[in-house]
Amino acid sequence: MQTKPMPFGLDKTTIVILALLALVPLQSFVYDLFMMKVFCFAIFAMSLNLLLGYTGLLSFGHAAFFGSAAYVTSHVVKEWGLTPELGLLVGVSVSAGLGYVFGSLAIRRQGIYFAMITLALAQVIYFLATQLPFTNGEDGIQGVPRGALFGVIDLTDSTPMYYFSLAVFALAFLLIRRIVNSPFGQVLKSIRENEPRAISLGFDVDRYKLVAFVLSAGFAGLAGGLKAYVLQLASLSDVHWHTSGEVVLMTILGGIGTLWGPVAGAAIVVNLNNYLANLGGWSTITMGVIFVVCVLAFRRGIVGEIAHRLKIKL
Amino acid sequence: MFELLGITPQSLVAQLLIGLINGSFYALLSLGLAVIFGLLNVINFTHGAQYMLGAMLTWIGLNELGNWLGIEDGFQISYFVMLLIAPLLVGAFSIVLEKTMLKRLYHLDHLYGLLLTFGCALVIEGLFRHWYGVLGESYPVPEMLEGGLRVSGLYLPYYRLWVVALALIVCFGTWYFIERTKLGSMLRAGTENPKLLQAFGVNVPLMITLTYGAGCALAAFAGVLAAPIYQVTAVMGSNLIIVVFAVVVIGGMGSIAGSIVTGLALGVIEGLTKVFYPEASSVSIFVIMILVLLFKPAGLFGKVR
Amino acid sequence: MKKTMIAKLVAASLVAGLGTAQAAGVSDNEVRIGVLTDLSGIYSAIEGPGAVVAAKMAVKDFGGKVLGKKIVVTSADTQSKADLAGSKAREMFEKDKVDLITGNVSTASALAAMEVADQKGKISIVTGAASLPITNEKCHATNIHYVYDTYALSRGTGKAVVDSGKKTWFFVTADYAFGHTLERDTTEVINASGGKVLGSVKHPISTQDFSSFMAQAQASGAQVIGLANAGGDTIGSVKQAAELGIMGSKQTVVPLLMFISDVQALGLKATAGMNFTVGWYWDFNDNNRKFAQRFMKEFGGKAPTSVQAGVYSSTMQYLKAIEATKTDDAAAVMKHLKSINIDDGLFKGKIREDGKFEHDMYLLQVKAPNESKNKNDVAKVVKVIAAKDATLPLSESKCKLVKK
Repeated sequence: MQTKPMPFGLDKTTIVILALLALVPLQSFVYDLFMMKVFCFAIFAMSLNLLLGYTGLLSFGHAAFFGSAAYVTSHVVKEWGLTPELGLLVGVSVSAGLGYVFGSLAIRRQGIYFAMITLALAQVIYFLATQLPFTNGEDGIQGVPRGALFGVIDLTDSTPMYYFSLAVFALAFLLIRRIVNSPFGQVLKSIRENEPRAISLGFDVDRYKLVAFVLSAGFAGLAGGLKAYVLQLASLSDVHWHTSGEVVLMTILGGIGTLWGPVAGAAIVVNLNNYLANLGGWSTITMGVIFVVCVLAFRRGIVGEIAHRLKIKL
Repeated sequence: MFELLGITPQSLVAQLLIGLINGSFYALLSLGLAVIFGLLNVINFTHGAQYMLGAMLTWIGLNELGNWLGIEDGFQISYFVMLLIAPLLVGAFSIVLEKTMLKRLYHLDHLYGLLLTFGCALVIEGLFRHWYGVLGESYPVPEMLEGGLRVSGLYLPYYRLWVVALALIVCFGTWYFIERTKLGSMLRAGTENPKLLQAFGVNVPLMITLTYGAGCALAAFAGVLAAPIYQVTAVMGSNLIIVVFAVVVIGGMGSIAGSIVTGLALGVIEGLTKVFYPEASSVSIFVIMILVLLFKPAGLFGKVR
Repeated sequence: MKKTMIAKLVAASLVAGLGTAQAAGVSDNEVRIGVLTDLSGIYSAIEGPGAVVAAKMAVKDFGGKVLGKKIVVTSADTQSKADLAGSKAREMFEKDKVDLITGNVSTASALAAMEVADQKGKISIVTGAASLPITNEKCHATNIHYVYDTYALSRGTGKAVVDSGKKTWFFVTADYAFGHTLERDTTEVINASGGKVLGSVKHPISTQDFSSFMAQAQASGAQVIGLANAGGDTIGSVKQAAELGIMGSKQTVVPLLMFISDVQALGLKATAGMNFTVGWYWDFNDNNRKFAQRFMKEFGGKAPTSVQAGVYSSTMQYLKAIEATKTDDAAAVMKHLKSINIDDGLFKGKIREDGKFEHDMYLLQVKAPNESKNKNDVAKVVKVIAAKDATLPLSESKCKLVKK
């Protein structure tokens, strides 16, 4: 029996999860600032997943898009007084534009060389971030105002900011799902599975890769801009290669090539960082152990394993 | 005496010399990584941690070993002995790593080997950070090598010259071994066609394990050399690792000669940048990497696989 | 059908249920002090776990209770990252109902925490971070800067060294705001004292190899090589300066920002004779020594740094202020703290309207290895720099709280 497809590509799982998330400000067990951080990194991880899990390209420089959007959004909101949704728009445009430039250069190469070019380009962005006056170098852009959404809804308090973040996250998730399930997404998957065959089928593979790269950079920028509002600052660690590494960890831990994987991965890593932060060096050690265990035993990632065992699509 | 952009030629020569010295260090440091990737197709992200282990073991040999063994008079293992012992210890440890974990990933995409070794690096560094903190410890230059040479206004520490000499010897020796000896050619054959080589009766898995161990031992050797110059800290490896990667990638990931030449060249270029545009000295290497990869995709000396 | 339900529940709980839950049942019948510091990263030796120990000592010495309410000390790790500092500060105020945030090493992290404290109307005390803007352009009404700042460092070390006859300088500067400010401020002092800056070179942060920069410094022939950098960069610079034979030659190396923990990491052989300025030194007088002995018992035999002593002292003052004003309301406590003269045996001075604690600074000289009796005995005080010489005059202040 054919069930009628729901609007916006929603399905029961997604609705249940989003509904649960909407209840967060009403209880005190889960801290809402923490969840907002998770949303940002979930979008960031989903953006990397679009490239890695669905197109088969590993980027080691995604922090460049995340961080540059964080800086640009912070700047336009703080210095030019733009409203938050416009700020995000500007941030996303900048990161997507950067993605176009980086992508055009990197896509000429494959595999590890592609990854190394993305890393090198990201290091150049890091250098620029330390030098350009508007980023304030080590101090970063502090005191970023959350502003009033559409000029009307004040986001300074936690609760409206939370719902705004949830909305952005939901939007990003549904959009990415749409992209992945579309004919365009199918071509991306075929590139990941067997690039020579895709070429022989007549697809302009480089063009598809570039579009995927730009989209991925744009979503990473969305994550960065949102983070600038949530934490009200943009700093050098946003463009540092450790951040690029961390998002790769989140994506792989959660499960590349699944939709909920990066989200779960982000939730786990942010949570672990938080919990282990007071134990000093243990946080690095634990991250390392998780990496090792994941690579040896859980290559599908947590959500990937669950999906595989239960034979469902997540 | 003319001045080029405000620098006297004397100063320039001095800076070039320093650049060469650093370059030889980079070459040695990249050697292990190049060997492992060139012969095993594995991207050994643990390289930085193994380098740090070499330095740490050297420091422990001098300062802590006596305490651990309960010997009163301060039992110490000298620097020169550690030059031999530390690489052996780290090599052995790495072999264990390879046999228990890395081996299982050979049939998969490179990516997994990279991630595994990255995870191992995090664990090793985390442990040493926990035990020894981040500020690290100081290791003295061995007495025999103290002092330096005064050459036209520049002071060249003997220790640095020692490092250059050892680095060049080891680099050349490794290159010669791999490219010119029978054993080396077996190693190279094992990479291209392991099954065929195994059919000839060569124990290929053993060869691979030993090669990995040797590459890691080279990293530790560089660490021992570094201990008297750089502060011995848990994070000394991660500070250098992406530079080392850049050297190997630019040189051509399969090529030993490529890494050596690139290491030296990069040392000089970085040295010049430090004179004319010092703020950019960290990023210069990445700009070069981008340019090289765009025009010569497999690196300067590499062959596209 | 059942499988999909299970799947949904599992997936949902994975995503939603993982926040660390601190029991949020904090009544306002407790005074909570949050030590926000770098517990495991580059600045953990200056402040870090030692600062938590210091805060707890202060609470214990005070009696554990104020106005009949229990005092609780919590801590969080920022790893000297502004992001973490901002979110941890927020979490401390919103979830843990903390009344005071102290520590705050690393300027970027301190600024982030100060911003949050100001928003929440709670007090922040900065002990570890250095930059002058903390009480200058970026000052906040709810903030106190307790131990030292870049003005004091440049005045203290810069002037003292020039006055001792070493007039020509060359700077090795870390290429970021902190380094630039330190270089600029010290240059002003040097010029005003009759010295001259022959040149400078800016290096990227977290540089490994300083030999090229040191060689440039050597070539300049300047009597003093000033290090306008911090942490690992300072340690690397000093170590490699020693290697290049600069120590003990006609040139001296002067680190503008240094702590006894850095000296211990480098060893006395490499650092003997070096001058640097601190806000407090343990071996200066009997009071300091007594405090240091007690601290060492709690902290594995390590003497307290100036910053850790600052955490003890400021926490003590905060608690005394609550007792005096009979409330923990931030505005009242701040008003009180800015009105009294502080003299607790460790620090003596006054907190100004811009939040800066004006007190004497100390110029130290590192001892030679044969002069040192134990691993904490690393330096001696060679000059006391009067408070008014070490603090930015209010007339020059750009802080919006200062009435002109």
